[in-house]
This record gives sequence, C-alpha cells and structure tokens, in this order.
Amino acid sequence: MTVYLIRRLMQSALVVLAMTVILFLGVYAIGDPVEILISPDADQIERERAIAALGLDKPLWLQYVTFLQNAMRGDLGRSFVFNEPALKLILQKMPATLELAFAATIFAVLIGLPLGLWAGLRPDALSSRVIMAGSILGFSLPTFWVGLMLIMVFAVQLGWLPSTGRGPTAEFLGVQWSFLTLQGLRHLVLPAFNLSLFKISLVIRLTRAGVRETVLMDYVKFARAKGLSPRRVIFVHVLKNIMIPVLTVTALEFGSTIAFSVVTESIFAWPGMGKLIIDSIYVLDRPVIVAYLMIIVFMFIVLNFAVDVMYSALDPRVRLQDQRG
Amino acid sequence: MTPPPAEAATLGAAPLPAAAPPREETPLRRFVADFAESRVALGAFACFVAIVLAALFAPWIAPQNPYDLAQLDIMDGRMPPGTVGGAGFTYLLGTDDQGRDMFSGILYGLRISLAVGAGSAFIAFCVGTALGLIAAYFGGRTDTIIMRVVDLQLSFPSILVALMILAFLGKGILNVVIAIVVVEWAYYARTVRGTALVERRREYIEAATCLALSHSRIVFRHLLPNCMPPLIVIGTMQIARAIALEATLSFLGLGVPVTEPSLGLLIANGYEYMLSGRYWISFYPGIALLVTIVVINLVGDQLRDVLNPRLRR
Repeated sequence: MTVYLIRRLMQSALVVLAMTVILFLGVYAIGDPVEILISPDADQIERERAIAALGLDKPLWLQYVTFLQNAMRGDLGRSFVFNEPALKLILQKMPATLELAFAATIFAVLIGLPLGLWAGLRPDALSSRVIMAGSILGFSLPTFWVGLMLIMVFAVQLGWLPSTGRGPTAEFLGVQWSFLTLQGLRHLVLPAFNLSLFKISLVIRLTRAGVRETVLMDYVKFARAKGLSPRRVIFVHVLKNIMIPVLTVTALEFGSTIAFSVVTESIFAWPGMGKLIIDSIYVLDRPVIVAYLMIIVFMFIVLNFAVDVMYSALDPRVRLQDQRG
Repeated sequence: MTPPPAEAATLGAAPLPAAAPPREETPLRRFVADFAESRVALGAFACFVAIVLAALFAPWIAPQNPYDLAQLDIMDGRMPPGTVGGAGFTYLLGTDDQGRDMFSGILYGLRISLAVGAGSAFIAFCVGTALGLIAAYFGGRTDTIIMRVVDLQLSFPSILVALMILAFLGKGILNVVIAIVVVEWAYYARTVRGTALVERRREYIEAATCLALSHSRIVFRHLLPNCMPPLIVIGTMQIARAIALEATLSFLGLGVPVTEPSLGLLIANGYEYMLSGRYWISFYPGIALLVTIVVINLVGDQLRDVLNPRLRR
C-alpha cells in the first residue's frame, strides 16, 4: 500500500510539473501582451520600461524558472489588468463558483434521485419514458442555450427570478455568500439549475440502472417476503445500496462542474472564477489565465489522486493490477 | 465483441451487386433493414439528410445572403418573425439588430457548424484511430505511453482542455478545430485499442503476419476494417459533441470570428436582446442547433444497436 501510494504520488507530481511547462510555454510563447497592455501612443522608452517591469524581456527559460520558483511560494504573478496578485484575484472569486457548484450538485441529487427511482421502479410506464427522454435531452442540449431559455422564461416573461449577478451577500467565516440572504438565494436558483442539468441526467440514469439491478436481488425479495412495507424496502434497502455509486460519481463530477461553470457564469453574469477567466482570455491577462488553469488542473489531479487512493484502499485488486502492469 | 471479419469488411466497402436477385441477404441490406426497424431513427436520419442538404444549398434556399452588406437593410432591424421587410420578402424567423434575416443566417450558420463539427470529428477520427491501432498492434512501451496520455486527457473535462488551447492560440476557426481534435482524439484511441486488442489475436492477423506483410499493410488493410463498427458509432456521437462544443466556444466568444458566424455565435448575438423580450434572435438558431444535435445522437443510438453483434438476432 505504501509503495503504491508513493508511486501514485510521484506520478501526480510529475503530471503537475508537466502541466506547468505546458501552461507556461503555451501562454507565454504565443501572443504578445505588449501590444495589448501598452498604449500604442507610448514611446520607445516607456514601452521598454513597461516590458522590463513585467519581466517580459528575459529569456524564456529564465522566465519559466522564475515562474516556477514563484509558483512554489504561491505567487503566480500579478494581473496585467488589475495589477493585483493573480492568485488573490482568483481566490476572491472562488467562493462564488464553489457556491454555484455545490448548489448544482444538491439540485442534481434532489431532482435526479427521485426521478431516477421512479423511472427504475416503473420502467415501462409512460412517465418513466418521458423522464428518460428528458435525460437524453439533458445530455445533448447545449448548456448555454438552455440557460438563455431559462432567462427568457423565468426572468423575462414570468419575471419570477432575477437573471444576472449574485444579489446581496452575507458574510460567513469571512467570506461573502449568496445563499444566506433570500435575494441571494433567488439569484442562485437559475444558474445552479442550469449548471446541474447535465448532472441531473447523469444521476437519473445511474439511479435508474441501479434500481433495476437492485430490485432483482435476493435481499430485496427477502425483505418483501418478510412483509416489510414497500416504502421501507425502497427507501431503506434499495436506496442505501444505490447511493454508493451515485454519490461517488456525483463527487467525481464536482471538478467538471467547476470547469463547466465557465459557461453558466458567463450567461448569468455570476461573478465567479469562470467569468474571470473568460474576461482574462479576452484581454490576454496571462498571469490570471495561468493561475486559473494551474488551480483547476491541480484540483483535478488532487481529486483523481484521492479517488484512486480511496479505491485502492477499498479494493485490493486495483493496486495489485497496478503493480503487475 | 465484434462481428466476423468478412462481414464487417464488406460493411465498410458496401458494394451493391447490380444484377443481384432482389431478396438476397447482403450485409448492407441487412444493415439497412435493421436500421430502418426503428421509425424514430429513420425519421432522425431523414431529418439529418434534410439539414445537411439545407446547409449545402444555403445560397440557393436562403432569401438573402446574410453576409452581403448590400442586401441588408438596417431599417429592418429586430423585426419579429413574419414581418414583411423592405426588400419585399417575409422574414420568416425575424431579423437581428442589423436587419439580417434570421432564416438565412441560420442556414449559413449551419454550414459553418456542420463543417467544423464534421471536419474536426473526422481529423480526430484519423489521429485517434491511428494512435489507438499503433498502441494495440505494437503493445509494450508504445501502448503504455499512448494510453497514459489518453487516460490523463480523459480525466479533464472537454471544456477545460478546449479553453486551455484557445487561451494559447487565440480564436479562429482553425484553432477551434485544433481544440476539438485535441479534446476528441482520445475517445477514438481508447475505443479502437479495445477492439484491436481482441482482433489482433485472431487467425487472420496471424496469417497476414506469416505472409510477411508489412506492418502498415496489416494494421490498415486487415486490422482497421475489422475495428470499424464501434468506431462508426463513436464517430457519429462525436460529431454531435463537436458541434455542441464549437457552439459553446463560439458563444463564449472564443470560437469562430464574427465574419463567419456559426449557430453558437448567432445565439450569442441575440443574447443582449433576450432581456428586452426579442427572443427570436437567439431562440431559432438554438432550435436549429438542438435539432441537429439530437438527430445525430438518435442516429448514433440506432447505429450502436444495429452494429452491436451481441444484440444481433
């Protein structure tokens, strides 16, 4: 187990390092921020001073070494546009994105689980077919267009819910959150639902498949034969067993929810990391782009590492296979 | 896992004997009959053909060329669907802020969406299939390296990979295609490797090896045709995914340039008018996009059922 852990950890570290090289080369070698950030009226001396201030005159490898050293200290450069540390900018926006992603996950479970349960218990009913057709739509519909339609129906035509921004926030643990105020909650509903569409479909499918498999099991038959009420059989015996894969996948999906929030945040003008990265790409604010990608990639690698370790702890076959291969 | 070699090989080539008796069962006929069993799939396929034709013949169908500024009348801007414009024809789906007929805009947008989607899915198909076959055929270290990269890439969501590439390269059609290819090749590689690993142990590959045929001939003339069925299914689905991804990137302003708007960009253009109730600028391109994606997915679903030998009766 320890050997496996160390090997896996080294792999992850290698991936992180490879990513820093790719990100650095990709963002620093292509495109020229001088053109964008320095006003065209500036004379030669002003230009050179600005280039030196941003460190763009040094050779590329030196820029990379400096970048890596600084990254180790948690310094991912200063935003060209805001003139603030890039990491700080992103960390400031992070709670908004996390809040959105959590809300979307909760939606996915709250909506997906009952619908999937229903569809799994009555596989041939018309209502179940409608649910399954809906879940196919959830997979194939482009998120951004659904977001626009949600705005059109619920914000413009019906006027029930606000369509942009976070609304008033309240402070909790030193961070501003929307879900603590009623207005903030109302602002949260549409974007969170939009972001959760894909996950709702996923949870529906997982739950349905799980239920259809589980109801045929002997222990469910036994529970029925004992004369337990159908409600108890479904909600205790069946549900408990299908929760494991559903929760695992939902947790695994959390990373991609954060990545996909880029789209939702752009539509609903939600002031999170996703909106920040899109704005930064427009103006080629490279430190912010790099910092965002670094944080996300790092998060993914940690997430994957945690899942792999958990699996191998639970299932010895995984790590034995890895040692042989 | 896969159908017997001879069958699948003819399925790819599909020659129709001219003087064959009408009831003879060829693999192609059986394939068509199996496919036509589902009315939904048949309807979806008809829809798909109609969409492709509409895109191909857009210059002849569309009442105006939406990118010829001389044909646009700014006075006709933001007209609701059904209004008769200054040029004398009816704006079936309304106009956008520059007086551009949305119906024409959608037809021209479809061309770009379909071309980018199908083009990038095809390039990804070639790259992914080649790498997957190489991994399966040669095995060993080559296999390990290629599959590690595949695993790594599949662990990141598509939008993140695409964002990363577009952040490096900037916007533009070519860069979008590159981004989609980089996102999608791994799916083909993984699929074809799985099939090819099974096929590689079959006798016909052994026979070909004994004949001392070259590696490339064995891989591309013997191995590849027998790995096609699952690839066709994946390929269909990936076209739909590519179209959706392109639309999303264009919507975010990172995709195609304003001069060649795809459906995604048309939707993005209408975004600001949404809040003032002018829904049609975004709504109809969205419907076109939606129908295209759903139809391709339905065809792909049926293909999967038909080409899956485990379900063959």
